[in-house]
Amino acid sequence: MTVRILTGNESAAWGARLARVQVVAAYPITPQSPVVETISAWVQAGELPAEFIAVESEHSAMSVCIGASTAGARTFTATSSNGLAYMTEQIWWAAGARLPIVMCVANRSLAAPWNVLNDQQDSMSVRDAGWIQLHCRDNQEILDTVVQAYRIAERLNLPVMVCYDGFLLSHTAMPVEVPTPEAVDAFLPPRPAPLQVIDPADPRNIGPVVIADRRRDAGGVLRGGYMELRAAHHEALLSALDVVAETADEWERSTGRSTGGLVVQHRLDDAEVVLVAAGSLVTQLTLVADGLRDRGVAVGVLGIRCYRPFPVEALRERLSGVRAALVFDKALSYGYAGPIAADLRAALYGVDGAPAVYGAVCGLGGREVTPEALTDAALSALADARAGVRERAVAWVGRLSEEVSR
Amino acid sequence: MTRITELPVEERVLPGNRACAGCGLGIGLRAVAKALEGRAVLTVPASCLTVLGGMYPVTSVQMPWVNCAFPSTAAVATGIAAGLRATGRGEELTVLAMAGDGGTGDIGIQALSGAAERNDDLIYLCYDNEAYMNTGTQRSGSTPVGARTTTTWTGKRENPKDVPRIMEAHRVPYVAVTSAAFPTDVYDKVAKARSMRGLRYLHMHTSCPSGWGFDPALSVRLGKAAVECGIVILYEVEHGAFRLTGRSAALAKAGGALKPVDEYLAAQSRFRGLDAQAKAAIQAWVDERWTEALERHARGK
Repeated sequence: MTVRILTGNESAAWGARLARVQVVAAYPITPQSPVVETISAWVQAGELPAEFIAVESEHSAMSVCIGASTAGARTFTATSSNGLAYMTEQIWWAAGARLPIVMCVANRSLAAPWNVLNDQQDSMSVRDAGWIQLHCRDNQEILDTVVQAYRIAERLNLPVMVCYDGFLLSHTAMPVEVPTPEAVDAFLPPRPAPLQVIDPADPRNIGPVVIADRRRDAGGVLRGGYMELRAAHHEALLSALDVVAETADEWERSTGRSTGGLVVQHRLDDAEVVLVAAGSLVTQLTLVADGLRDRGVAVGVLGIRCYRPFPVEALRERLSGVRAALVFDKALSYGYAGPIAADLRAALYGVDGAPAVYGAVCGLGGREVTPEALTDAALSALADARAGVRERAVAWVGRLSEEVSR
Repeated sequence: MTRITELPVEERVLPGNRACAGCGLGIGLRAVAKALEGRAVLTVPASCLTVLGGMYPVTSVQMPWVNCAFPSTAAVATGIAAGLRATGRGEELTVLAMAGDGGTGDIGIQALSGAAERNDDLIYLCYDNEAYMNTGTQRSGSTPVGARTTTTWTGKRENPKDVPRIMEAHRVPYVAVTSAAFPTDVYDKVAKARSMRGLRYLHMHTSCPSGWGFDPALSVRLGKAAVECGIVILYEVEHGAFRLTGRSAALAKAGGALKPVDEYLAAQSRFRGLDAQAKAAIQAWVDERWTEALERHARGK
């Protein structure tokens, strides 16, 4: 193990390198570009024996991953923002084809208008596509999660999106423990054979038209239709709840470092209000909670590491007996609510003793999220919770309301 | 040139598949598969070929086949080739991307251009039936001027784009135009492409009874007529060297006279209602391209 000073993007690249990725597709977009730049340099220097393919679009980046993963290779790419939006068709394809592709998303806002800074609207917009989505709090988690992601992906034949906040993590350097290749090799075996192998001796039509009805194959065996395949996909994703947690345990046994699982928690004991978020905001909220605890205010933090599948049971258990959960979303389902807030509200609906769920939207397009604003939001939530408020409009944190003309 | 009696007897495209009666693609695919001798993996986007291949859980083509999204064909092929290399199987199989004219020259051209610029190691074969036939005969960039489609009810107003010339502009090792009506020409060109490395582009004209409006029994005759009147020119460009092949080469050798386009146009209901002026414009377009091809053939580049 070596300690290096790495940006989030470099940490992602190190994760891919340690995972011994075999095919990397690359297309530049801010703030992800340094991930593939770093890998490109390693491949050209002969330090990483991988096929590096500089494609002409994000759509093709995911297409190359789809082709290479179908051929049995361990594949990697990274993107952000409109790049993710542009490859959306292939995001769905990769998942439906049950390919264990791992992709980093350096989270960035979506245009229009142009804005290159951080929020989480990009990955949230593809949350329903059937990928596992893991969010990282810091650069150490990025490296650890990329390696873990391959183990999870290849056990379940599902793609994994490793999300981390653009600039806040992607371009911020911090000490990161880089495990030895031997430790990672012991944790992550080579990729097992794909579900369907390209083999001229046993030729298969991979990913063909599947109709609504069940049909018999050439041997007379009744095979499922589209809906059965989709149900199997959904069930695989639900089973990822166990696999993500188990993988974190295995990682701890291999490297001695505890990273991840489904959720991270901080000072939940006797908490009146729990602050909920994903990504680097979780790190920030732990400091806010510590400050409030110092003032005698019982606040805890629940970080969502695994956003898809949504860890319903873990959230119900951790939030039982809490007055209110205040969810900070760096994204919005326009016309409704923040996505994590809406999901949490649904997960807790009808559960005895469930907290009120308040939503707060913050940090859109890189708007600074200050500890003071988070503290104020937490105190306001506490006051509402004590007053018995169950329903509240989405709160905007850090939004200017005066002297601004739109 | 390989004679029809010399083609391998093994069939990898099974009868009873879902292609329409008289489908030129079905005829061409047979020759393509024979030339590949089973040592290939296909990747296919949404297209008539998807339908021909059959619906889960049965398939009509005895070659490994990877379906892909409409705009992604060339990039998925690039990925398959890279994945095979990365897993030590790079020498085992030829990667064949096979898409229709819309999937190639319209929605797929970005990925194809990227793969060509990188000279990725694959064969890309466009089968050109001159419209979006699988979705019900909507016009594509490859639809000829004057042709009626379900989105050009009074006839398309524009000439088709010349995708083989676009590919030539990428200076890839091999560009060839062939026709499913001449299976040995298809076979020879696929066999030659298979012996080369890098991005090899083949453009295969495939007659379409339902989309063009003619008797399925005349499919091969229509395909041949397209070559004989110069609508389709059979040629290849190998490392920059241009030469006419097959029937087109024979026409050139015999003095370069073509049949008039009128008979070819009259045989298809999609060209009904073309007036003399429109037919003359098509003839002029054909003559210009044929003159250029003859000049290139003489020059050898």
